[in-house]
Amino acid sequence: MAGSTLEIKDLHVSIEDQEILKGVNLTIKGGEFHAVMGPNGTGKSTLASAIMGHPKYEITQGSVLLDGEDVLEMEVDERAKAGLFLAMQYPSEISGVTNSDFLRSSINARREEGDEISLMKFIKEMDEAMDYLEMDKNMAQRYLNEGFSGGEKKRNEILQLMMIKPEIAILDEIDSGLDIDALKVVSKGINKLRDENFGCLIITHYQRLLNYITPDKVHVMMQGRVVKSGGPELAQRLEAEGYEWIKEELGIEDETVGQEA
Amino acid sequence: MTVETKLPYDQEYISQFSQKHKEPEWMKSLRLQALEKAAALPMPKPDKTNITNWNFSNFKHEAAGEPIQSLEDLPQEIKVFLDLENTEQNLVIQRNHSVAYASLSPKLKEQGVILTDIYTAMAEHGELVQRYYMKDAVGVDENRMTALHAALMNGGVFVYVPKNVTVEEPLQSIFWQEDAEAASFNHVIVVAEANSSLTYVENYISHNQEEEAVANIVTEVIAHDNANVSFGAVDNFAQGTTAYVNRRGVAYRDAVIEWALGQMNDGNTVSENITHLIGDNSVSNAKTVTVGRGKQSQNFTAKIVNHGLQSDGYILQHGVMKDSATSVFNGIGKIEHGASKSNAEQESRVLMLSKDARGDANPILLIDEDDVTAGHAASVGRVDPIQLYYLMSRGISKQEAERLVIHGFLAPVVTQIPIKAVREQLTEVIERKVY
Ligand SMILES: Nc1ncnc2c1ncn2[C@@H]1O[C@H](COP(=O)(O)OP(=O)(O)OP(=O)(O)O)[C@@H](O)[C@H]1O
Ligand SMILES: [Mg+2]
Repeated sequence: MAGSTLEIKDLHVSIEDQEILKGVNLTIKGGEFHAVMGPNGTGKSTLASAIMGHPKYEITQGSVLLDGEDVLEMEVDERAKAGLFLAMQYPSEISGVTNSDFLRSSINARREEGDEISLMKFIKEMDEAMDYLEMDKNMAQRYLNEGFSGGEKKRNEILQLMMIKPEIAILDEIDSGLDIDALKVVSKGINKLRDENFGCLIITHYQRLLNYITPDKVHVMMQGRVVKSGGPELAQRLEAEGYEWIKEELGIEDETVGQEA
Repeated sequence: MTVETKLPYDQEYISQFSQKHKEPEWMKSLRLQALEKAAALPMPKPDKTNITNWNFSNFKHEAAGEPIQSLEDLPQEIKVFLDLENTEQNLVIQRNHSVAYASLSPKLKEQGVILTDIYTAMAEHGELVQRYYMKDAVGVDENRMTALHAALMNGGVFVYVPKNVTVEEPLQSIFWQEDAEAASFNHVIVVAEANSSLTYVENYISHNQEEEAVANIVTEVIAHDNANVSFGAVDNFAQGTTAYVNRRGVAYRDAVIEWALGQMNDGNTVSENITHLIGDNSVSNAKTVTVGRGKQSQNFTAKIVNHGLQSDGYILQHGVMKDSATSVFNGIGKIEHGASKSNAEQESRVLMLSKDARGDANPILLIDEDDVTAGHAASVGRVDPIQLYYLMSRGISKQEAERLVIHGFLAPVVTQIPIKAVREQLTEVIERKVY
């Protein structure tokens, strides 16, 4: 079987009774890399959070299926175990829990009791992934994201991605806060996972990242919907011309979610 | 209104008790005077906790315990506190009210270090014990509990490190209340002479569920000029024991007292930890962790009083409350007039795991000097759902995610406990209490 399929159908999401997503349709298959772009406040993070099961977001309509299974019925940990991963725009800081203990728990959570990863194997894999991402080894013993710089947090999300090896990953602004060298390193990490069994949805504002990670498809979100889809050339045009032309084309005056087309 | 704590112990009983233990005359008269005062003194009045109906009178004052030939013979529940791989144990194990095991490395003995039970200390180092016993730190007549403690003291340990001696290895006591009704009127004295340094760790253990017992514990830590004392404890009295714990420190010039206290009792508890920073440049860090469960009610006071110039006190209290447990955390920073350039900081954090639990963080700063710095932070909250979401998004179950967050929350104190075996034990006690 060539990877998993994530299907998002007519997804409507509210937060505190305000509708943010107004019918999102998107299908990501194993082997495909999709980019989602769009101005600030148009619902990109909402989409990512709703798929993962963030407690603040309420799904009011539509469905999310992973290989036909209803994701919205699952607890957050079950979604992860089913193969979903979200690199968050703002990862939580958890004091007193070391990065390495957390990673080991994450890996063991997917394994049967009695079949936990051996400490030796875990350390070896973590060392390799950290080397690959050019991370300081001390980060393993530091508390999870506590006091990490913006860029260090992002790198740490990719470290988790590389070690957990999900079927479908959503990366929410993984490039924000990264310097140019870090951007290359993080892209290298993501590209390493590229194969027919891995699908990825990359939320970004910049073509920069997409120069390193070429997407198969590019989608633009406005007003809580996907308003335009295309190939990699769409991202290039956005970088060159901004969003104005799309708004004109579609007759949108205000692209944020509070507005109706 | 106040319930009279009438005890079946009178002058005659106490005289005989003292004689039986071949105590010096000063101790006998201290006991008798204390007994006389006890009746007239008020009970301690912990802020926001009513202790009038707590059992402080139903207990057995004397219970012997069998000696232990080898540490291997100890039951597993006690063994876990020991670092058995270390062949040179500096250790006293008190079983009920008898010394079951005692050892101190010859090297330390040669250097004049004392680690011995309180009766032996009175017999062999009477003057030293008399010099410190309820003199500089805790007074006999502070309240009825301190007076009863002095009258009925029935165990404890005396630790002494001479001038300029640095003790690298930890000194350890285990107070094992094997008899379910045995009361612990334990007295611990730790004296660090000038320029000395030591680490001391103690564990209190009992298993009484239905049977009632009382613990009335006084600990006095004296750090002379430029001495350094690191004091760790895990209190783990079972549900049946009502506890009054009074740990106090006095730090002289340039001295440091570090407290790391695991307050893990399962019964009703009043526990206070007060340090007086007498000397200039003296320092104390008082760190405590607590888990409250069941119906227990607890009152904790962590207090540091700055007397000396540029003295520095830092209090950190972390508590987790579940079921319908109730706890009050008083954090008191007091800067006396004249203690200029001193610093009083405190932080109290309470994590609530159930809606019926109650936790009160009560920060108090009392400052009688202008040229000082002080600060406090206090919070009572629940496990952050966004943190749980983050952990669960990696596949970690809700229960495991909560466990990680709670451990993380308590880590700042747990990691400070000096002996690895005790640290691991504390972690395990926390685990047991939280789940
Ligand atoms: N707790 C909240 N209460 C009210 N509105 C919210 C809340 N959280 C998000 N929103 C609104 O939902 C809309 C979509 O937010 P979202 O985070 O999905 O945008 P985004 O496309 O990811 O933006 P950015 O590019 O800036 O990250 C915004 O208008 C935001 O203000
Ligand atoms: Mg966003």
